[in-house]
Amino acid sequence: MKYIDEFRQKEAAQAIIKKIRSLSRKEVNIMEICGTHTHSISKYGIREALPENIRLISGPGCPVCVTSATDVNRIIEFSRTRKDAIIATFGDMMKVPGTDSSLQEEKARGADIRVVYSPLDSIEIARNNPDKEVVLFAVGFETTSPTVAATMLGAKEAGLRNFSALSLHKLTPPAMKALLDSGEIKIDGFIAPGHVTAIIGARAYGFLAEDYKSPCVVAGFEPIDALLGIYMLIRQFEEDRCAIEIEYDRVVTWEGNTRAQEVINEVFEPSDSLWRGIGNIPGSGLSFRQTYSEFDAEKRFSMPKGVDAEPKGCQCGSVLKGLITPDKCPLFAKACTPEFPIGPCMVSSEGTCAAWYKYRRIA
Amino acid sequence: MERDKTILLAHGSGGSYSRRLTEDVFAKAFDNPLLAPLNDQAVFCLPAKKLAFTTDSYVVKPIFFPGGDIGKLSVCGTINDLAVGGAEPVYLSASFIIEEGLSMDELKRVVDSMAKTARDAGVSIVTGDTKVVERGKGDKLFINTAGIGVIHGPELTPMNIRPGDKVVVSGTMGDHGIAIMTHREGIRMDSPIESDCAPLHTLAMDIISAAPTGVRAMRDPTRGGLATVLNEFAASSGCCISIREEDLPVKDAVRGACEILGFDPLYLANEGKLVVVVSSPEAKAALAAMRAHPLGKDAAIIGTVSDGPKGKVLLETSIGNTRIIDMLSGEQLPRIC
Repeated sequence: MKYIDEFRQKEAAQAIIKKIRSLSRKEVNIMEICGTHTHSISKYGIREALPENIRLISGPGCPVCVTSATDVNRIIEFSRTRKDAIIATFGDMMKVPGTDSSLQEEKARGADIRVVYSPLDSIEIARNNPDKEVVLFAVGFETTSPTVAATMLGAKEAGLRNFSALSLHKLTPPAMKALLDSGEIKIDGFIAPGHVTAIIGARAYGFLAEDYKSPCVVAGFEPIDALLGIYMLIRQFEEDRCAIEIEYDRVVTWEGNTRAQEVINEVFEPSDSLWRGIGNIPGSGLSFRQTYSEFDAEKRFSMPKGVDAEPKGCQCGSVLKGLITPDKCPLFAKACTPEFPIGPCMVSSEGTCAAWYKYRRIA
Repeated sequence: MERDKTILLAHGSGGSYSRRLTEDVFAKAFDNPLLAPLNDQAVFCLPAKKLAFTTDSYVVKPIFFPGGDIGKLSVCGTINDLAVGGAEPVYLSASFIIEEGLSMDELKRVVDSMAKTARDAGVSIVTGDTKVVERGKGDKLFINTAGIGVIHGPELTPMNIRPGDKVVVSGTMGDHGIAIMTHREGIRMDSPIESDCAPLHTLAMDIISAAPTGVRAMRDPTRGGLATVLNEFAASSGCCISIREEDLPVKDAVRGACEILGFDPLYLANEGKLVVVVSSPEAKAALAAMRAHPLGKDAAIIGTVSDGPKGKVLLETSIGNTRIIDMLSGEQLPRIC
């Protein structure tokens, strides 16, 4: 299959692995910041193929996982109190545990919660249910926010009066900065997310090289992309260089998708946002601009406050920051499994714990 | 209004409507001497051999899909559950739970499809039942079939699997799952993927004849796919099973659809494929027998049984590294069979 097989070739992959092995001398910690990378690295057994001096750390790259317990609790509380509301959300979000329930459980108890594949579908729900308030529980990174913004443009044009969204969108670069600033974990370089960067452009990571002397390579998601990205980072480490480089150049540019950026900027503006395990990160979220406030669920309703309590014993916060690997959590693969997940990292297919569970329990 | 154009609650009442439905639709299509008396039971003799008995319910949505329909699926599925135990399927039962409002035309199409599939496979549908539920309480049509088969040769069980054995699949993986998903979601493909839904008993018999002492275990990888079957094999035998991604037959169109939809062919349902574990010396003969059968022309040896980590299934990935294959958990697709 074109554009797939080329990037899964055994000979090429083994050749890159060999090059990495012969070149790499330094002890380095590389963080991948996208759930799809986490998944791909586990699925193709890449971690095991690398020499021991290269440590791959999974970062906060799964949109479902980084949504704070506070926000999950808020929407659950909202679904209990507003019987005239329909909540639209993405499938993975249904199972994410709040402190004592999940949207899936609330749905079973009678709340009207619907799974949408695209945010645009929620407009259709609003049209078909004029006597209900339709609220989109909008989570996601820069890959999702353009579609949600486009949905809002569509809702405004259609003059919808019963539609709003709870914007919990997250921005990637501020989270990378927050991780480095916290000093909790040593990160020598980043594998940056290919599709997020296709939207925001690789220039957005300039601060990493300039202010933090941290190399960064934007990589695609096929195994050869990931391997090549790691190789490019290793070369920078060994040559004592520090730059932002693009491996995924068949998709990613320095400027990004300017049209998508315009649509986001038309509807949203940067704001503070709560991340699970990390807390508030300044400028890492997107709130509605004044001109779109009629669609802002925060303004439209008095949204419940929600408590910030993780499920008991859950260590997803530490997993998301890369402080521990999933197998170090006492609940992993025992009380917490994909069938009965306790924390969000086990719920989402892009979650770090789910990837470890699915691909890495050999012994 | 034309009579009997739509299924009404009365068709499940047991009265004249039911009788007419049974005679005009079911008995007419399934036509065979054991069914003909329309008694509450079919009465027959079977040779004094070991028998196999199985049952399965079918709730697939939509009821018509590329390559098949719920009727064909309900006959093939039960035939296949018998076949993988080494049994020759003989008699089936068929029970229908119909939602009020289903068009008679759709029901007839399903029943005709069942009759044809059974006839082609050489089995008879000898008894059955019909119930009708109120509109909104079902989803068009659910079918349950049960089946009886006669075991002529050895009994097959995964407990017999041992290190050194080979793992063989009879063809491409994931066709049924992707056919249903793409059809249900309205995803148009350049070359539409058809379900592989087919009765596998003659293929199973051919394999057993070709490798009479070598066949250890056989399964049709339906819900949960190949990954789940291999995990069950590994768990019941206490062995390690290693397969190579490169050797796994998957149609290009299925791979393409998997990339778009985020599925893994290892976990997709099949309705016309076998996974067989055969002793190493007889593996080639089993493979040749499969390839000689019209339903096994893409058959391939995909892996071996080893002394490795007990109860685990390992995959050598396309790029040459190794990882485990877990059982399906969570992300299964609803109502595909």
